[in-house]
Amino acid sequence: MQMVGMERAGQSHQILSARQMGLVACLRCTRVWPAGTSECGRCGHRLRSRDALSLQRVWAWWLVGVICYIPANLYPMLRTRTLFITSEDTILEGVVELAHHGSYGIALVIFVASVLIPIGKFLAIAFLAISVRRTGRQSTRMRHGLYEVVEYIGRWSMIDVFVVAILSSLVQLKTLASVAPGPASLFFALSVIFTMLSAQSFDSRMIWDLDAKPARKRAHV
Amino acid sequence: MPKPPDPSRLADTSDLIACASCDAVYRVARPDYGERTVCERCHSVLIAPRRAAGLKIIAVALAAVILIFAAALFPFMAINVAGARNAVSLLDAALAFQGGPLVFVSLVTVALILFIPLARMLLVLYVIAPLVAGRTPARGARTAFRWAEDLRPWSMAEIFAIGCAVSLIKISDLANVSLGPAFWMFAVLVVLVVVQDTFMCRWSVWNALDKATRS
Repeated sequence: MQMVGMERAGQSHQILSARQMGLVACLRCTRVWPAGTSECGRCGHRLRSRDALSLQRVWAWWLVGVICYIPANLYPMLRTRTLFITSEDTILEGVVELAHHGSYGIALVIFVASVLIPIGKFLAIAFLAISVRRTGRQSTRMRHGLYEVVEYIGRWSMIDVFVVAILSSLVQLKTLASVAPGPASLFFALSVIFTMLSAQSFDSRMIWDLDAKPARKRAHV
Repeated sequence: MPKPPDPSRLADTSDLIACASCDAVYRVARPDYGERTVCERCHSVLIAPRRAAGLKIIAVALAAVILIFAAALFPFMAINVAGARNAVSLLDAALAFQGGPLVFVSLVTVALILFIPLARMLLVLYVIAPLVAGRTPARGARTAFRWAEDLRPWSMAEIFAIGCAVSLIKISDLANVSLGPAFWMFAVLVVLVVVQDTFMCRWSVWNALDKATRS
């Protein structure tokens, strides 16, 4: 029982994972059970020490997310019709348009939410999924931080879909002007949903397992 | 708790808590109200109890439910260009995607900004209200709380609020935009959702559910 780290200031035990102690933890309610227990007695959640299929699900959602992101950038996001002109803007064209009009702040928000965050997320998830398989040079804490950022920030990509929703319902002025959503909005929304599912499938406990292995080896030598 | 280690007690794991994001195991040390215990290696929050959290959560959830209904139905924004006027409610905005497969985006939008926040509030009320009243938990309270927690990342009211700000600036050059009562209700709703998350300590709720069912 001394192995159990306690949340007390001034104490520095070696922190052990439930797996190393022959226990299994419930991800939902954080209760701990002896290894081999199949269902949490407190919340009924299925117990798995490590989710063996986690990485497969991560890659599957990741791939559909990336595939959906391609048409999301090729098709128009917004169709704007005014008295004289009809224009169709893809995500990037919309950003350039905004910057031309001098709204640099908004152009930046849309660029970050619709381009930087999705692409950054694809790269980050791929990096995390690859890095749990081999010991990298990056510190565990850094990778865990990256995972938390990815989980937190993914939802914010939805901004552009909501902007399209607001604009196309609001700007309906019969002959004067009207805005309609383009097919890219569908693909973009799907891409955001799939990448969120991909990030949620990732079992972040695996990040820390790699850390535990070399430590044990050193102890044996 | 400086007790001598007792190997037979490893079978009893009820006083242990594991970090859900890195699997580190600790013995439960309940912090004082307003304080929180944090995982030593990944810094995830483990336990964060608040004084009278149950009552506060109920109050906030009730207010949020009323606001969601009101915000959905009252006019949200209105646009005015050269005499032509158009006012929309939140429901109109969410249902703007029409024609073929785009309807899917409409359904997703309504869910993300109205139904999922509403469902979470109702589920939380269903779970917390009997606990605060000191009664046995409602039937299916565990499942209800599980759903409420699973839906958390899919409740996107605050993101919609940023979307509003962006669209406001985008069209303010072209047209005269006025904000309806629903806009302000929605703004308050966003704050309430955030406030509720700070009161909600997952571990405390599971612990309370556990105790209430056993006694």
